[in-house]
Amino acid sequence: MSSLELRGITVRYGRFTAVDNVDLLVPEGTVTGLVGGSGSGKSTLGKAVVGLAPMQSGRVLVAGSDAGRRRGRSPVQLVFQNPYASLDPRMTIGASVAEALPREAASCETPARKAPARERRSACDAEVARYLELVGIDPARAVLAPDALSGGQRQRVALARALAARPAVLIADEITSALDVSVQGAVLNLLRRLQRELGFAMLFISHNLAVVRYLSDQVAVMDDGHLVECGPTERVLERPEHPTTRNLISCVPTLALAEEAS
Amino acid sequence: MPHQDQDTSLRHRLGRTLRTPIGVTALTACLLVVLVAVFGPVLLGDQAARIDTDAINRGSSAAHLLGTDQLGRDIAARVVVATRLTLRLTLLAAVIGVGGGLLLGVAPAVVGRRLGRLITATVGVLVAFPGLLFLLFLATIFGVGSTGAVFAVGLAMVPPMARLVQNLTASIAGSDYVAAARILGVGRFKLVVRHLLPNIAEPSVLFATQAAGGILVAFSGLSFLGLGVQPPEYDWGRLLNEQLNRIYVNPVAALAPGAAVVLTGLMFGLVGEVLAQAGGRRAPQAREATPQQVKPQDETAPDGDGGALVRARDLRVTFPGGRRAVRGISLSIGVGEAVGLVGESGSGKSLTALALADLVPHPGRVCAGTLRFDGHDLRADPRLGTELAMVFQDPMASLNPALRVGRQLAEVAEVHLGATRAQATARAVDRLGAVRIPLPERRARQRPHEYSGGMRQRAVIAMGLMGEPKLIVADEPTTALDVAVQQQVLDLLAEVRADSGAALLLISHDLAVVAQVCERVLVMYGGLIVEDLPVAQLVGGAAHPYTRALVGAVPTMATDPGTELATIPGRPPEPGEAGAGCPFAPRCERARKRCHDDAPELAGFGPGQRVACWYPVDAETAVAPAQAASHGAEATS
Repeated sequence: MSSLELRGITVRYGRFTAVDNVDLLVPEGTVTGLVGGSGSGKSTLGKAVVGLAPMQSGRVLVAGSDAGRRRGRSPVQLVFQNPYASLDPRMTIGASVAEALPREAASCETPARKAPARERRSACDAEVARYLELVGIDPARAVLAPDALSGGQRQRVALARALAARPAVLIADEITSALDVSVQGAVLNLLRRLQRELGFAMLFISHNLAVVRYLSDQVAVMDDGHLVECGPTERVLERPEHPTTRNLISCVPTLALAEEAS
Repeated sequence: MPHQDQDTSLRHRLGRTLRTPIGVTALTACLLVVLVAVFGPVLLGDQAARIDTDAINRGSSAAHLLGTDQLGRDIAARVVVATRLTLRLTLLAAVIGVGGGLLLGVAPAVVGRRLGRLITATVGVLVAFPGLLFLLFLATIFGVGSTGAVFAVGLAMVPPMARLVQNLTASIAGSDYVAAARILGVGRFKLVVRHLLPNIAEPSVLFATQAAGGILVAFSGLSFLGLGVQPPEYDWGRLLNEQLNRIYVNPVAALAPGAAVVLTGLMFGLVGEVLAQAGGRRAPQAREATPQQVKPQDETAPDGDGGALVRARDLRVTFPGGRRAVRGISLSIGVGEAVGLVGESGSGKSLTALALADLVPHPGRVCAGTLRFDGHDLRADPRLGTELAMVFQDPMASLNPALRVGRQLAEVAEVHLGATRAQATARAVDRLGAVRIPLPERRARQRPHEYSGGMRQRAVIAMGLMGEPKLIVADEPTTALDVAVQQQVLDLLAEVRADSGAALLLISHDLAVVAQVCERVLVMYGGLIVEDLPVAQLVGGAAHPYTRALVGAVPTMATDPGTELATIPGRPPEPGEAGAGCPFAPRCERARKRCHDDAPELAGFGPGQRVACWYPVDAETAVAPAQAASHGAEATS
């Protein structure tokens, strides 16, 4: 497994600079939380890493080698915020996951010379089943369309798809903000368990500091396109140095107020 | 509702649409045309080709139904035989048109940016070119004859088809799942075949079918003009051309091929209509039994409100298909009280709020034993505009992007309060100031897109404050905002409440937000209120296992990163599948037999607290909730 290193990433849309010269290192096998207000550029940064946002300058290094402008399957996979939009409504969830499988692993797509079609198909199905099982979806449901699944289940499938691509680095872009609290917990538990088991590096983008605190080893704070603070989770959240961080922390609504009242 | 039944899949809807009169007609017409095209030339080919010099230019007779032409051939047989060629050429041209259209339409999404722009621009220019002119231009280039005409008519269809496909594809190509496929390194061809084409199929097929009708007419036109099919071959247009000069001698001979063109064109139109109905939301709905209206109980005692601003008893919201989103809840909101309504998505919390404002979307039906607001019966006399303010999740959806913000606010005062334009504008500026929008006079002249997200939400709140609201209903007002802005909006709501004395019904899935602003919390689950408790009891004092689980599931800044987050196993019930027992029972670890068999009613539990649970948390030590003590609790069947 490998680290993710961003060097001098700048993203501009016309004259608007969404991300300005950001350097960030996500060490091997750890989780970095990326927080910031809306419009701070945190999601754009995540998109730029996987090539979905136009990068003016900067380099994306995965395990030390340039990965930013490579064609084909990206070693960095992204899980999107909205599980209702990130799965093709016309494909079964099994097909969605199968699409992500590396060719050499279970050649569902390219005709391997010796293996007959049936064997390839079943090898592919087995891989899909394995990934669905990994995220807690009954493999028997692989034939269902995303319509038949709830938001939390869809997000699990999206996670299975990203993991099936065997990413070196995973970017989770607000993956629980479209989910209910009760479902959020299950998805976060799953993500944390998988991260520890599979050991990929993860950039966890969220506006929810409590969630970031729960998952991350390191926290990076963005404001107005700049990276303003970055450090170990405990240090950043307990002794924030930048006013943006302090402001974000003070704005976290808590249930504790109810406790005080009582 | 994001959920869509598998039953309403395209095939299912197509089957249903085919059983409607229009579907039956389209199907019959299709079958008829296909049969004629297949068997016509086989059965009548000889007769159509037989030259009979004894019977030249005859009128209609028993031997020749439509008469004969200048070589004595039977015109009726020729019309029938011509079906095959006409259809073949039409379909061939349609294939060229649809194929070319798809190719040019999809290309900009998968080729480089520059080439994509070039294609888009070219198609744009061609679309602007008058269709008939383009067709004749192409026909001249390709020369006279069937092949030329097929290309001319087919290519003329390419630009409009390409334009449609471009627009459809652009929206699909921007979607997250296409982005995901790109990250996965899915090749261009597979991207098109797997993701783009299936998702634009329905409107494209619809367009193609209807365009095929147009092609038939255009092709017949070319043949009629002598630019299309050349003798000895003949299609309907050619027959029309041959017979038209004799229209006063033997009108049916000229009218028959014309009628064939029109009827077949109509068939294409009908097929398109059927596909549109099956593919779109217009599919005929299965008939619904009208849910019986709950008899409004004659409550003549307005003092029964007991000082409550809002009182609802046995409020129900039902949708066609037996989906009961809100299943008989009773709630009251005191004057100036701040009440939070929490629950998972699908719990019915938003519909409850919409029912209070009489805003439940169309197929939904609201019924209630009592629904009173400030002494008025809301069922007879909805109060909106001035006394009840609504704030929704997406402020951009509540503001008209084309109007200046000040104008939109002023409209409220003009319509509901009868203010003059100047008064209303002054009030709008004043209200914008009241929600802490800096430079309100300048801001009032701006349009919503010039506002930030938080400022838009403020403007919506200001709109609610144009009157003198007694109740502000805020449905997830901060969900679309980031934490810092969320805090400002919550502070603002608290301030507004303190200033105006309005009551607040705050709907949120975020318990922390509710805990911060509200005094009392109603917890909804499966369309029912399962607990009603003071906000101070939320942490530690909740009696319903669901409330406890919900509170436990929220990660806080104090959650131990070493432990797993608490979760609630299972999933909430769908609006249609509520059983006899407690809706939470299947997910509840405390559930016993009674929970699965009987639904508990909302009953008094402690001071200011009510819970709908047979075995509330701490009930082992506390006295079992007396059912008789329940006030305002209704049967939850």
